[in-house]
Amino acid sequence: MALKLADYRTPLFNDWCPGCGNFGILTALQMALVDLQLPPSGVVIFSGIGCHGKTPHWINAYGVHTLHGRALPFAIGAKLANPRLEVIVHSGDGDGLGIGAGHFVNTGRRNIDMTYIIHDNGVYGLTKGQASPTLKLGVQTKALPRPNINEGINPIALALASGYTFIARSYAFDVAHLKETIKKAIQHRGMALVVIQQPCPTYNNINTKDWYSGEDRRDPATGKPVPRVYKLEETGFDGIVRSPEEILQKSVAALTKSQEWGDRIPMGVFYQNELVSTYQDRIAHRIAGYLENPPSKQVISDAEGKPVTSMAKMLDELKVTG
Amino acid sequence: MSRDDFIWMAGGPQGSGVDSSANIFARACCYGGLHVYGQREYHSNIKGMHSYFHIRVSPNELGAISSRVDLLCTFDADSIVRHIWEVSSGGGIICDSEVLPKKLTEIPTLSASFREEFQKTLDEKGIKPQTVGDLLNEVKKDGVRIYAVSYLELLKLLSKELGEEKLSKLTIMTNILALGISFGVVNYDKKYVATAIEKIFGKKEKIISMNVLAFNLAYDYATANFKDFGFSLNAVQTDEKRIFIQGTQAVALGKLAGGCRFQSYYPITPAGDESLYLEENEVFELERTALKQQGGSILVMQTEDEIAAVNMASGAALTGARAATSTSGPGFSLMVEGLGWAGINEVPTVISFYLRGGPSTGLPTRHGQEDLRFALHASHGEFPRIILCSGDVEECFYDAARAFNYAERYQTPVIHLTDKAIASSSKSCRMFDTNLIKIERGQLLTEADVSGKEYKRFRFTESGISPRVPLGTPGVVFWNTGDEHNELGHITENPAVRTRMVEKRMKKLNLADKEIPLQERVNFFGDEDAPVTIVSWGSPKGAILEAMERLRRENYKINFLQIRMPHPLPREYIAKVLGKATKKIDVEGNYSAQMAGIIQEETCISIDYFVLKWNGRPMTSDELYDAFLLILQDKAPARQVLTYGS
Ligand SMILES: Cc1ncc(C[n+]2csc(CCOP(=O)(O)OP(=O)(O)O)c2C)c(N)n1
Ligand code: SF4
Ligand SMILES: [Mg+2]
Repeated sequence: MALKLADYRTPLFNDWCPGCGNFGILTALQMALVDLQLPPSGVVIFSGIGCHGKTPHWINAYGVHTLHGRALPFAIGAKLANPRLEVIVHSGDGDGLGIGAGHFVNTGRRNIDMTYIIHDNGVYGLTKGQASPTLKLGVQTKALPRPNINEGINPIALALASGYTFIARSYAFDVAHLKETIKKAIQHRGMALVVIQQPCPTYNNINTKDWYSGEDRRDPATGKPVPRVYKLEETGFDGIVRSPEEILQKSVAALTKSQEWGDRIPMGVFYQNELVSTYQDRIAHRIAGYLENPPSKQVISDAEGKPVTSMAKMLDELKVTG
Repeated sequence: MSRDDFIWMAGGPQGSGVDSSANIFARACCYGGLHVYGQREYHSNIKGMHSYFHIRVSPNELGAISSRVDLLCTFDADSIVRHIWEVSSGGGIICDSEVLPKKLTEIPTLSASFREEFQKTLDEKGIKPQTVGDLLNEVKKDGVRIYAVSYLELLKLLSKELGEEKLSKLTIMTNILALGISFGVVNYDKKYVATAIEKIFGKKEKIISMNVLAFNLAYDYATANFKDFGFSLNAVQTDEKRIFIQGTQAVALGKLAGGCRFQSYYPITPAGDESLYLEENEVFELERTALKQQGGSILVMQTEDEIAAVNMASGAALTGARAATSTSGPGFSLMVEGLGWAGINEVPTVISFYLRGGPSTGLPTRHGQEDLRFALHASHGEFPRIILCSGDVEECFYDAARAFNYAERYQTPVIHLTDKAIASSSKSCRMFDTNLIKIERGQLLTEADVSGKEYKRFRFTESGISPRVPLGTPGVVFWNTGDEHNELGHITENPAVRTRMVEKRMKKLNLADKEIPLQERVNFFGDEDAPVTIVSWGSPKGAILEAMERLRRENYKINFLQIRMPHPLPREYIAKVLGKATKKIDVEGNYSAQMAGIIQEETCISIDYFVLKWNGRPMTSDELYDAFLLILQDKAPARQVLTYGS
């Protein structure tokens, strides 16, 4: 029987603020799971700490709500111990790019076949609106006593520099685009990052839903808002690397695109390169049979509890008498 | 052999081959049926600073170093000056004749504080040596034999024999020459050394033959020129199957036997060796014929930091794999938050924690036992944890395997404590017996157990243990969160659920306390009715046993309670043993007598005497013997601080 949206929902009350962008993200993710017909027991949703961190509790799949900034290491441990799991990781912008930035960078180097979703709302939602690492210099959101004194991190550029092999941006309130982007990320062979612009109506009064959709700047001719977000696909931009010769050029193009912000905010796939070996491939190259017989699937004892690891070779190597 | 033990020490700058010569020395002794205990000491430095290897040899099994040196084999002037007072009367010093004219004031690697102490010793002795040669002449008067050899001249001889003109290509063999002199001085059977050289250099035949040649040349030189040592090291017959192994290797092997299949780590001394050894052995065979084809493997991950290391291990453990991480003090400091997460989520994460001198980076490469309380209290909030501490290399093996049983049976993190003294000591011991290891996975359910049923990961149960399933088990799901949660694993702040959930988790500690047999938690040595009891934990074990044996031969009655599980502490048994003693002595490698404090908290029994050491060096049997003797003779202060080591 085909899986329906309801199969991915839990009956729990959702306590995000009304109008929060996270609702769009949750729905898009659940819709992506339906489209891909991934059974709930084969999916593990990891998250860090923050408003975004509650995401797994509203999804009927294995859910691991971890520590602030640490969702990636937990997810990596699980994915590598059982590569058959479909692993999706959620982080906040503070979570993933502030306290967990070291993991963000090092995860890129590994190119593990997982999906990493960053809820970028420009603020630390759950701690009441302090500046997050993506908030731009000089911006003063509602809860800030002074304008932001730090420049914002560019997560797209950072991901590119770190080695992510799928880098995309989407928008929480364009659920259709977001769903498709998440699906692409899940289907990508390698480490996929989706940065989601997520309005936080409670604390980010600058980058609001209206701001993203351009309510403040209507076309004088049509009277319609001119949205700030636009789709890369619609401009003919193609970030997909199809041969090694294209890597440099596509990286530069992606980096250039990643600099756009403010009046025009690109959404879609900036860069995708499936020519890079995944971490699982690399392990399988060293450990024959890793994929069929990963750590979680190995038999370690017989029925009586006797260990089955053969120690003879290793102990022989150390033997000095007898 | 004409005496109980013989102690050889090799000293030289780091990177000069002290390690490999010591390795060959130790193995050669082992092949001759002798028991060996070796301890490596080094600065936190890669090249140039002083390092030494202390190797004790005996027909009987050994568990510690001792405070004297019988034959000091030096590669530089620094090593002579540093260790000269340790050489026993009747002992010998092998040195490079080229360093004899060197002025004592011109050895740059000796620190100002060392110079000051050294000057004090000279003043006390009333002597004024100017050069290394003068200094050696002083100890010669006390009966120490000096074997000065020109390593350069030997190298020239070697270059002739090998037909290799460039001396610079041969200097790396200086350590083998020193080894040849050493064995020549004590007349040890050459054939065992050749076997050891072959073993160390593996398949590189040309290198083996060059080194054997170098060894023989120096050996023959020594037997021809240095005949007066008066002691010869003789092989003995043994039928026992033995291995020669380092502490970190024992932990690694215990993990493999115990079914560990995932290890994450971030490099740190002295824990790092364990992970490297695991990675070297990442692929292995399996015993049962049905599994032969499949083969086994462990995934070893070098992470970006220890925060990632501990949390990756927890992530892996959630999938049902036995998973561990390994670290020392600074790394464990970073793991603390993750430890709490594993605690509240009831994840069987195993942490191997190698203690060294702290706080901060403290003494990065030196011994200490300062983190018992830290391991006990690390992380905020309250959750059960099980702590093991091994007393020697053999215990490391069995404890490392058992740690996973405790972790899975009680679904809680386990911290396995060892220390630098064990980690970097190598010793000969009985072949490990994998048959003594039993794997117990606790309440780990499979798809068949749960299919079609309602599943609650944190179900309230009588014992506090909720049956768990690995992530990915078909037919069910669960949630984890570091927040307090309900039976399903969803966040709750409900006071009643909170009260029950904390209680459920904490109950597991009582259960562990009730179920884990005493013989896995303590060792007791000596006469039960002895009036004097020593309590200790970790690496002092070997030195204590030896000191006790000497005292027993002198008719002193003394027993020893070694604590192997400080948490949950087997308090009733400890109270019973200590209750009988009229003198209770605590021995630990820290300032504040942490174990004694824990015992007092848990049993209300206070210790009478403390023998403590925190200078970064392991305890020796001699200094413990002296300390115990003072106590037995009622001449000791309540607190004695040990200081041996250079
Ligand atoms: C180690 C640690 N430090 C601080 C906190 C407090 N804290 C909770 S959520 C949060 C910020 C969350 O911001 P972000 O990651 O952007 O997530 P959002 O709430 O915006 O989704 C902080 C600092 C914590 N939980 N753990
Ligand atoms: S604080 Fe902001 S991010 Fe958090 S739930 Fe409310 S609206 Fe959403
Ligand atoms: Mg945020």
